[in-house]
Amino acid sequence: MSNLTDLSLTEMKAGLAARMFSAVELTQAHLDAMAANRHLNAYIVETPELALAQAKAVDDGTRGGPLAGIPLGIKDLFATEGVQTTAGSAILKGFVPRYESGVTANLLRDGAVFLGKLNMDEFAMGSSNETSAFGKVISPWKARGSDAELVPGGSSGGSAAAVAARLCAGATGTDTGGSIRQPAAFVGIAGIKPTYGRASRWGTIAFASSLDQAGPMARSVSDCAHLLTSMCGFDDRDSTSLDLPVPDFAAGLTGAMKGKRVGIPAEYRLDGMDPEIAALWDQGIAWLRSEGAEIVSVSLPHTKYALPTYYIVAPAEASSNLARYDGVRYGNRVTPPGGNVHDMYAATRAAGFGKEVKRRIMIGTYVLSAGFYDAYYTQAQKVRALIARDFELAFQQCDVLLTPTAPSPAFAFGAKADPIAMYLNDVFTVPASLAGLPAMSVPAGLSASGLPLGLQIIGRPLDEMGVLDAGLAIERAAGFTARP
Amino acid sequence: MSVDSETVRKIARLARIAVTEDEVPGLTEQLNGILGWIEQLGEVDTKGVEPMASVMPGHLRWRADAVTDGGIPDKVLANAPEATSGFFAVPKVIE
Repeated sequence: MSNLTDLSLTEMKAGLAARMFSAVELTQAHLDAMAANRHLNAYIVETPELALAQAKAVDDGTRGGPLAGIPLGIKDLFATEGVQTTAGSAILKGFVPRYESGVTANLLRDGAVFLGKLNMDEFAMGSSNETSAFGKVISPWKARGSDAELVPGGSSGGSAAAVAARLCAGATGTDTGGSIRQPAAFVGIAGIKPTYGRASRWGTIAFASSLDQAGPMARSVSDCAHLLTSMCGFDDRDSTSLDLPVPDFAAGLTGAMKGKRVGIPAEYRLDGMDPEIAALWDQGIAWLRSEGAEIVSVSLPHTKYALPTYYIVAPAEASSNLARYDGVRYGNRVTPPGGNVHDMYAATRAAGFGKEVKRRIMIGTYVLSAGFYDAYYTQAQKVRALIARDFELAFQQCDVLLTPTAPSPAFAFGAKADPIAMYLNDVFTVPASLAGLPAMSVPAGLSASGLPLGLQIIGRPLDEMGVLDAGLAIERAAGFTARP
Repeated sequence: MSVDSETVRKIARLARIAVTEDEVPGLTEQLNGILGWIEQLGEVDTKGVEPMASVMPGHLRWRADAVTDGGIPDKVLANAPEATSGFFAVPKVIE
């Protein structure tokens, strides 16, 4: 077998079970591909010795499970015991957790092999991977007839680039406002954010706790389903973890859309929408209709307020969560000569945080400060309630929603220098995050410039199965086979 | 509502982020850009709407009041920038 890295995760499982190749061979093929593609800067840390030891244990029969021998990349937001974890920030350079996050512990329990830690926007704040303290991740994709480097999306940009470039079978991502779905769309892979509470947040470095959810990114819907089943599950160390059984998503996957009602939210058809994106959306509607789904027009009237709501709620929570980086218990410390402890805090944080992180901490500090709290934060929480109610009402008329994932294909580095222009990238993904709903992006076509475009499916709370089924229906109809 | 340079210095102080005088004008402009944009939320009628703090209302669990962890001071201190005699160490606080 020469191109083991070209197999899907589902095919790797079958090949390993049939002993067509060993877990060590499969891992080595990925380590070789990683070494040959370091220019993409997808991995912050590679762990070849660990990976080969984990794979060997699978071959020896001392490790097993539904993901036995499957080589994965881990977003650097997940604490991994004994392996540097930085969240893409200089303030955590050299931080080596003495514990394993809930999600990665589940994957290890199920036999997965970890190839290394994947680059990301600093503290998951960004949509292009340009905010990482470890340098930008470069998408393996290029526009037709152009040699310009493109962003892989963000914040899970290292995960997206690594999966698309075949540097892992699948990867963990996290999604606070679209950080799994937007990069998945930009590089032509699938990614799903489950219902808030499905995946443990324990040991995942916090950005905005009421929004953060982990999920898988992989090259097919079926691959995502396998990973999602393993990643999800109750964890009593996370106070918002859902104590509910997790279905075997891969076993339940049918792609059947007959009799399903697919809602099309009118407010997502923005003025000045890219005609290519609108055409792809219409194509997706036609595909699901021909699969037997009933198409229903629905309204989500508060959609236009989702982004400003998010940019109050998320920075407010971030300013609180990131207060822990004070140079005392972990992370890097800067003490000005003769400085006291307060000078140490301020210098440590000034040196350790990047521009976007500082900006968001300061916005969060301001909207939570005395005199402004009600006007900004309380009002945002109320609008968030209205956005969630919009979805509840829409789901009385339909089973899933179909929308574009992102307003454009991948863009060039530096193209969105204005923070608000960058924030607008998440216009279609943020509303579902605010409502805590499961949502996924599936590659559905190419732009005229030859770049991947994704469609998003949003489901009812806890209906990951319905989301995956609609995703599979899109995947089959689209027959997306393009590669970087 | 827009912020002036004095407010930006105050926010930075509250956030414990050292800001140089050179950085203040740029930060003021950026923060005002973002604040001006999020202020559109003010136009939404939210009379009688309960603020939503969690997507899982009333979900927070209680656990038994029992010790479930501990006895690992070495692990706890392993990543400290400075630790001595089983404690985190910081610059002198009391003169």
